[in-house]
Amino acid sequence: MDFANVWTIAQKEVRDALRNRWFVLFTIAFAVLALALSLLSQPSGTQLRLASYGRTAAGLINLVLLFVPLIALTLGASGLASDRETGALAYLLAQPVNHSEVLFGKYIGMATALLSSLALGFGIAGIALIQQGTTANALGYLVTVGLACLLALSMLSVGFLIAVLVHKTSTALTSSLFAWLFLVFIGDLGIMGAAIITQMPIATIFWIATLNPLQMFKMAAILNIQANLEVLGPAGLYATETYGTALMPMLLLGLLLWVIVPLALAQFTFSTRSFITAKRSLA
Amino acid sequence: MIIAKEITKRYGKMLALDTVSFTINAGESIALWGANGAGKTTAIRCLLGIHGFEGTLTVSGINVRKHGKAARALIGYVPQELSFFEMSVAETLVFYARLKKVDTQTIDSALKTVDLFDHRTKSVNALSGGMKQRLALAIALLADPPILLLDEPTASLDTAAQRDFIRMIRNLNAEGKTIVFSSHHFEEVAALANGVLLLNDGKLVNTFTPQDLAAELGLRQWLRVMVGTEDKSEACRVLENEGYHFVPNGKAIYVNIGARQKMDVLRLFSDVQISVTDFDVTDSHAVPENGGLS
Repeated sequence: MDFANVWTIAQKEVRDALRNRWFVLFTIAFAVLALALSLLSQPSGTQLRLASYGRTAAGLINLVLLFVPLIALTLGASGLASDRETGALAYLLAQPVNHSEVLFGKYIGMATALLSSLALGFGIAGIALIQQGTTANALGYLVTVGLACLLALSMLSVGFLIAVLVHKTSTALTSSLFAWLFLVFIGDLGIMGAAIITQMPIATIFWIATLNPLQMFKMAAILNIQANLEVLGPAGLYATETYGTALMPMLLLGLLLWVIVPLALAQFTFSTRSFITAKRSLA
Repeated sequence: MIIAKEITKRYGKMLALDTVSFTINAGESIALWGANGAGKTTAIRCLLGIHGFEGTLTVSGINVRKHGKAARALIGYVPQELSFFEMSVAETLVFYARLKKVDTQTIDSALKTVDLFDHRTKSVNALSGGMKQRLALAIALLADPPILLLDEPTASLDTAAQRDFIRMIRNLNAEGKTIVFSSHHFEEVAALANGVLLLNDGKLVNTFTPQDLAAELGLRQWLRVMVGTEDKSEACRVLENEGYHFVPNGKAIYVNIGARQKMDVLRLFSDVQISVTDFDVTDSHAVPENGGLS
């Protein structure tokens, strides 16, 4: 693989993201909400500065769970699919580049834009916390940021996988929105419902939950704040008691796999499947 | 330079190319001729190695299936549908120059070559169809490749832009570049090609010269014959007697002929002692309205 080509394509993707109105809107909205959370979660008076960090982080976890998968999935799915639909992708692939360079270039470019956007939001919130004298557990805050970045990359990978599996931009966008809905709401409710109806063992509930990268992020982020998953109920307690200190590395590995596996599948599909449709090709 | 052996391409159950074999030598200008859906664009995309296909295809000895990227480095491509990323003209050239490992300092001269230097700060989406076509040609020529692949190069151009574009491609062929282009416009084929590969339903049906193709298609041309003023009325009488459709115009007589009939008219004049001072052929099917042919 020629990394100069990967970098050239990545730079173009960063420029494209900066021109993308939805992406700019997301960046602004995320930064404003993160700042608002950091200001609103401050305790009145001067007591318990430490507690304010936990409240801000908890608020940011929910913000990340809702916002980050949405933008990462739609960015990943629509970027590649729309280039294919306009014919720009076919023209790019007709140059002296290979499929892997194009896919990884696009991924790195979009990931750079996405992570910069997150860094801006978390950075503004962090500065607000520091200005109010909340400097304790800065490392914990940085771990939350790191986990949010891992979640963003995993959702971007899933977005890329969706893009190479479907033919139209509209289908890619619809599929990514459905994936977001499923991961954020339906997956959660489905596990709860199934657990009640089937009297599922706690261990099974925990392992099913870990299939959802959002749940893994949530568990890792909460574990980072308060050292146990009591807040998540019996499944959380089971996980803390059963896996102990191995739980955090397990969750990190799980998130990392959610970055690598969908991207590897996307790369394989992109390289082996005729990405230019017959309708466009025949003339 | 380009050797294709039994190229087959399927889209699901649909056979887009069926065991197509051909050889194109260096410096040739070859047209892929056929109706919509004949497989011209598919053949071009196979040459570029961006489609998977069965069979063997080599470009300058490089196996396209195994080393597509290396093969594409030898090819400049101008697509039928011009889709660029949202950038300025200059940014677009810099982007593709970097992918082709070409010094970005050369883009100004590339822009001047295709007469787009004054438009370099414009967004590519603000360019006309002809300008986009010239930009695609500039990108194709950035690395000075030995082969140019053109997919319906003048399909979206007006007459003047078509003429300019064809002239540019002709010059490039004269400079030694191998040209492969798809077309279903005979005028384009006649102006550019010295060989024609006839595709039909994904099969290579025949190979022609453009003249043979004209005969095959039953196309007619206008032969412009210049004769002395004193011979003009006699020339018209002879043509009328022989049943030719002709149009006297100024000093010239335009004779409507089928393919490979030029010499018939010239021999006819020779037989009746009418001296021809000049002659020319146009591929236009329209009746000439003035004395000059472009």
